[in-house]
Amino acid sequence: MSAHPLDRRFFLKSTGLALLGLGFAPGFLRRAVAQETNGRRTLVLVFLRGGADGLSLVPPVGDAAYYAARPTLALPRPGADGGALKLDATFGLHPALSSLLPSWQDGSLAVVHAAGLHGATRSHFDAQDFCETGTPGLKTTQDGWLNRTLQQLPEPSAGAFRAVALQGTLPRSLQGAAQAVAVEGLNSFHISGKGGLDSFEALYAGAVDQAMRSTGQEAFEALRAAASAELSQSPPQNGAVYGKTPLARRLQDTARLVRAGVGLEVVATEMGGWDTHVGEGGSTGQLANRLRELGDALAAFAKDLGPRLANVTVVVMTEFGRTVRENGNRGTDHGTASAMLALGGGVHGGRVYGNWRGLDGPGLFENRDLAITIDVRSVLSEALRATLRPPDLAAVFPDFSGARVGLFG
Amino acid sequence: MHVLNRLAYGPSPASLAEVQKMGVEAWVLSQLHPDSVDDQRVEAKLAHFRSLQMTTAERLNTYEPEGKLAKERGLDPQDPETRAKLLEMLPLSALPRQMGLELVAAKLIRATESRRQLQEVLLDFWFNHFNVAAQKGAVRWMLASYEQEALRPHLFGSFRALLGAVAHDPAMLFYLDNWTSTREGFDMAALRPAGAPLPKKLAAVGKLGLNENYARELLELHTLGVDGGYTQADVREVARCFTGWGIEKPRQVGTFAFHPRAHDPGEKHVLGRTIPAGGGMEDGEHILDLLAAHPATAHFLARKLAQKFIADEPPPALVERLAQTYLASHGDLTAVYLALFQSPEFWSDQAFNGKTKTPLEFAVSAVRALGGITYGDAPLIKALDGMGEPLYRAQPPTGWPEVAAPWVNAGALVTRINFALALTAGRIPGTEVSLPPGVHASSPGAELDALARAVLHQQLSETTRATLLRAVGHGENDVMPDGETRPMDPAMVAGLLLGSPEFQRQ
Repeated sequence: MSAHPLDRRFFLKSTGLALLGLGFAPGFLRRAVAQETNGRRTLVLVFLRGGADGLSLVPPVGDAAYYAARPTLALPRPGADGGALKLDATFGLHPALSSLLPSWQDGSLAVVHAAGLHGATRSHFDAQDFCETGTPGLKTTQDGWLNRTLQQLPEPSAGAFRAVALQGTLPRSLQGAAQAVAVEGLNSFHISGKGGLDSFEALYAGAVDQAMRSTGQEAFEALRAAASAELSQSPPQNGAVYGKTPLARRLQDTARLVRAGVGLEVVATEMGGWDTHVGEGGSTGQLANRLRELGDALAAFAKDLGPRLANVTVVVMTEFGRTVRENGNRGTDHGTASAMLALGGGVHGGRVYGNWRGLDGPGLFENRDLAITIDVRSVLSEALRATLRPPDLAAVFPDFSGARVGLFG
Repeated sequence: MHVLNRLAYGPSPASLAEVQKMGVEAWVLSQLHPDSVDDQRVEAKLAHFRSLQMTTAERLNTYEPEGKLAKERGLDPQDPETRAKLLEMLPLSALPRQMGLELVAAKLIRATESRRQLQEVLLDFWFNHFNVAAQKGAVRWMLASYEQEALRPHLFGSFRALLGAVAHDPAMLFYLDNWTSTREGFDMAALRPAGAPLPKKLAAVGKLGLNENYARELLELHTLGVDGGYTQADVREVARCFTGWGIEKPRQVGTFAFHPRAHDPGEKHVLGRTIPAGGGMEDGEHILDLLAAHPATAHFLARKLAQKFIADEPPPALVERLAQTYLASHGDLTAVYLALFQSPEFWSDQAFNGKTKTPLEFAVSAVRALGGITYGDAPLIKALDGMGEPLYRAQPPTGWPEVAAPWVNAGALVTRINFALALTAGRIPGTEVSLPPGVHASSPGAELDALARAVLHQQLSETTRATLLRAVGHGENDVMPDGETRPMDPAMVAGLLLGSPEFQRQ
């Protein structure tokens, strides 16, 4: 690991390409990058923090037990006022996600239902940790599953934006030995004043603390790449219009990085506000507002990328679902399985994947939660096989051999 | 140096002089008894923050929710432009946002200028431990009282008293939803006198029930820790014990209230103990007694404190000793702090500069390093937002991370560097620093050393020194033929020093 970054730095500096950036790089270098990525796609992971209610995201409107369990929260049946959008005989899509319907219809959006991690917990933070380390029940794991994937792949020569967290801090999934940067947004990513960049770059190259030194190196490489490609200025394409929400900004920056051809392989980002203990709402209300943010941002992203979406796969996940029955506050408490979404390249969409066992009897876990029928790691493994192709999946998800879901064919 | 890095928000010229004059030991002891330290000047500076002098009820009356203000003026509360329009019609001081600005300003002023530095460091620590977030419903009206009445008086007392004050505080009851938690099947309609019409809002609520949110975080985050040996069944039973712990009219009065009829009167079983039926409000007190005295709580708190004051991965032997101190002293926090500050681990080489500053610690220590002052105006607040630590707005109940990893990343580093440059260039209005005067020294090296001493209060590493000398080296017109050289630009040197990797550590 350690020799690589230095080599890359030397390469960039000595050829003067650092000032050009890959957006405007000569053809031979672009071809080189394309070869190195070997046709790999970009994987974008959107984490819904707080435990998103899968039973409202993709409500089982064909299941009578759903209406019995949720007298005030259940989405009306398709066709009714404020009703769910029909997906198949059992499931509907929350009406606030209507902007995703075209993607469902053209087959680029798939749903996985009743996904979760066995042996996880109902604590947000443990559950998120387990989803991100990829080792449920094992707290000693230091690195994240996305980082372990990157560790297995040959590093491309222009790696500053190889793995990006579009959020203030690096999530657990991206922590580890492989290089990754966290950036809140591209438009604030520069150092003010002339000459500052060189001086600080030199200061951090000599830092005593190893983490400071390597983070500094990542930062300055990325700064040079971002500045030269004028990334933050690149406008949306294909008439896409992004909302003013944080997730929309983050996905817009993701699209910019994809278009700039900077060797982007992984993006991790997040959205909060899913912990709906009180006043969750139905067709409208608290959760509906969050879902509209989510759906509109994803739809704008898909439109912006246009044909490039074929090389980008988005996976949307959360740490756990919520109780099947609504609680005394017209909300839901921490549960177990939830729904996942997959959008983009390689997805065999227009289908709800899963093994639905209903909302009473065997479909329930501890007589309160939606039971898991698909391990989250099955979906993530298949997404990895379809995008980054790490040679050793067993090292990404140790001690895991889940059933095949087949949502990438 | 080290005590000021840990027990304070970094050294300032004045605090360094104070420690040198008093001696380290006496200074630490004085910090453990903040009442013995005169802080009149800072208190006077805070006196004009009106919202901080009010009770929660007064704040609820004075600062009406923006949605309501908008509706009264015929504006659509959902429209993103409404905020700007409201500001044209009303002074900022009438909007609820004013409360947040005053609260953050007061925190920044205290962190920067208070002589009771340890008290401010501990207040931040315990607020984070018992985190609540301004963006949740009525919490923003309750924050000032939460901090001043539930937390601040108990920082140096017994943990049980602190835990109890937090458990009773409306901010926590609201943030973790306990105010809505009732015995299963509790019917609001039953509360009304027979025949009295139920207000529409209450009729819509219908039957209430148990909400586990507070109970779970009480066990996981406030006391036992996630590995503290409790089960899902314990969470539910604890939630049953706290049913009825609520808030008197949260949007109008906002004080603690126990609602006996919402309380679950049955027998409960928590962590192998039986709580007899009919305990009423005492059920919750029993639980707090049980948890505060629990060995798992002692270990959990000991580790967290050691992580805060010593290292991200604190030595297990120290954690064990601190836990024993906690148990032997029946949870006396000052006894634990003292054991911590007197431990050899605290004074070890590994602990020195062994932690990465959080954004708050970085920003405040930068202002202090330059002997600066702040009025806590918007530019400093915005800078902290940009560095990833918007104060009082940590959404998850865990609060902000204490360890380095989440804070050390490319984006955050760039923001920190830009903050250092802006601060030293005087581009953070409302926060003033005094740059060290340029010095005429025998050589550029000596000149740099003098500036570095004045800013960092410690020696530069050889590499940093050499790099800086190159960075601020003399151009062609900076050396006159007679040998006179242009003094270094103190703002530039200070900016580089505060943005340097050394200054990110403490």
